[in-house]
Amino acid sequence: MEQFVSALTIFVLALFVGFEVINKVPPLLHTPLMSGANAISGITLVGTLVTSGVQLTTFTTILGFLAVAMATANVVGGFLVTQRMLAMFHGKDEKAGRA
Amino acid sequence: MPEPAINLFYLLASVLFIFGLKDLSHPRTAVRGNLLGSLGMLIAIVVTLADRRIVSFDVIIAGLLIGGLAGAWMAYRVEMTAVPQVVAIFNGFGGGASALAVGAALEEALKGGFVEEISVQFTTAAAVSGIIGGLSLTGSAVAFGKLQGLISEKPLLLPMRHAINIALAAASLGFGVWLVVDPSGSSAFWWSTFIASVLGILLVMPIGGADMPVVIALLNSYSGIAAAGHGWVLNNSVLIIAGSLVGAAGFILTVLMSKAMNRSLPNVMFAGVGAEVATESSTDDLYAGRVKSASPEEVAMLMEDARRVVITPGYGMAVAHAQYVVGDLSNVLASRGIEVEFGIHPVAGRMPGHMNVLLADADVPYDRLKDLEEINPTFRQTDIVLVIGANDVVNPSAREADPSLPIAGMPILDVDQARSIVVVKRSLSPGFAGIPNPLFAADNTLMLFGDAKAVVTELIAALKEGGDVR
Repeated sequence: MEQFVSALTIFVLALFVGFEVINKVPPLLHTPLMSGANAISGITLVGTLVTSGVQLTTFTTILGFLAVAMATANVVGGFLVTQRMLAMFHGKDEKAGRA
Repeated sequence: MPEPAINLFYLLASVLFIFGLKDLSHPRTAVRGNLLGSLGMLIAIVVTLADRRIVSFDVIIAGLLIGGLAGAWMAYRVEMTAVPQVVAIFNGFGGGASALAVGAALEEALKGGFVEEISVQFTTAAAVSGIIGGLSLTGSAVAFGKLQGLISEKPLLLPMRHAINIALAAASLGFGVWLVVDPSGSSAFWWSTFIASVLGILLVMPIGGADMPVVIALLNSYSGIAAAGHGWVLNNSVLIIAGSLVGAAGFILTVLMSKAMNRSLPNVMFAGVGAEVATESSTDDLYAGRVKSASPEEVAMLMEDARRVVITPGYGMAVAHAQYVVGDLSNVLASRGIEVEFGIHPVAGRMPGHMNVLLADADVPYDRLKDLEEINPTFRQTDIVLVIGANDVVNPSAREADPSLPIAGMPILDVDQARSIVVVKRSLSPGFAGIPNPLFAADNTLMLFGDAKAVVTELIAALKEGGDVR
């Protein structure tokens, strides 16, 4: 029960931080914000690593492998595509960040 | 590594995520924000690999390699017009990974490994994670299919779909509760997740293409919540924190997008808007004898005398891959001392901010990209508005208070206040909302019929020719 309450506390506080931090993103950056946030949600990878490293049965190993692969694709692809997009945004006086 | 040390690194990663998201909110710091986020992720992953419970690394390495290569390949290969579907598929991967990993954790716990006891927190979080993760996996897959053109963008409305959906949701939740009440087996978990996955398909099928910005933002939120649920199962703080940050971010965007259409979230999700098309006769009445069309040369002449031009792009620009010529056009006009700005509606395109990304890719400086609140007061001082591939977001009938219209009350770009309006469009067919647009028949509107890319290319050529003559 104690564990549950402390997890709930973290969860609720983090939601509030999320609302506060993200509330003022200009529409200009909505796509990179979404895809950057999407990459962060790939944090589930951390959990999949532990689960798939335990290797108790073949079934859980297969599940673990799939989960690791999917979460990694989410993390790597998400950050890279965000970086690619952000490199394109440039102001009037700045040079474009790509060839 | 001892557990307190691991948790300290997790705390560091969480802080980096928060700073990363904060920096993503300004164009000048956004690149750094993304790097901070990836640094946080790297730290969390490396620290986790030091976990003493991991007995074998071969599966992990295989998964990291295959997933990493697939993700990098997609991220580099994707065309900017296809970013919405790639974001959708990454989303689905995240949600699906949460569901599968939670399932694996449950199976291991049942075999007596991995956790000391199966608590109520464990089973509740597992059920929630399975349901939301499964839903976001299949929902994202359908969204991907619609955006990629693999399945029709039109809403698919099954008979009794609401009853079916409620039944499936109840069954999925029921199996979830069963797992909590009787955690001696895993079949309730898999049934619950499987039914939620079917529900994910049925929930996204009836949603039309133009409502995709809402759907993608919502699925983004779900994948965050699924990760947070995964964190509850493992009692892992960094998963809970990062997951709820993303859940909050996605939710804010979802609400912003719904507001930009003056529709409630349930209306977007369940009303099946976009299935009906305006009847032939009502369009004929409105347009008959009142629509004036022009050639690119005529529009070019008009533009040469303009002092201020605003371009309002929509999804049609993306479909025609016209963003590069549109960017060129804005540069040609700007080089002649004409003030050029872009007016971008929040829901233009298929995901939040879609048009901004396309125009940035076309080398348009972001100072020229204005959102709805910034651009609307300027239309009265604008000589020409060029509407490219947008329809519902510039439809003045949204202002009329007929609540039966799907776009009633939607904030629109007030392009009809400009001196003249040029609409680039292939035909007079209605937009997504299925209603005719009185703008096309307005006295100060000229229609420039044709494919956006071809027409704008001709327009640029005409402008350059005109310049040479002088």
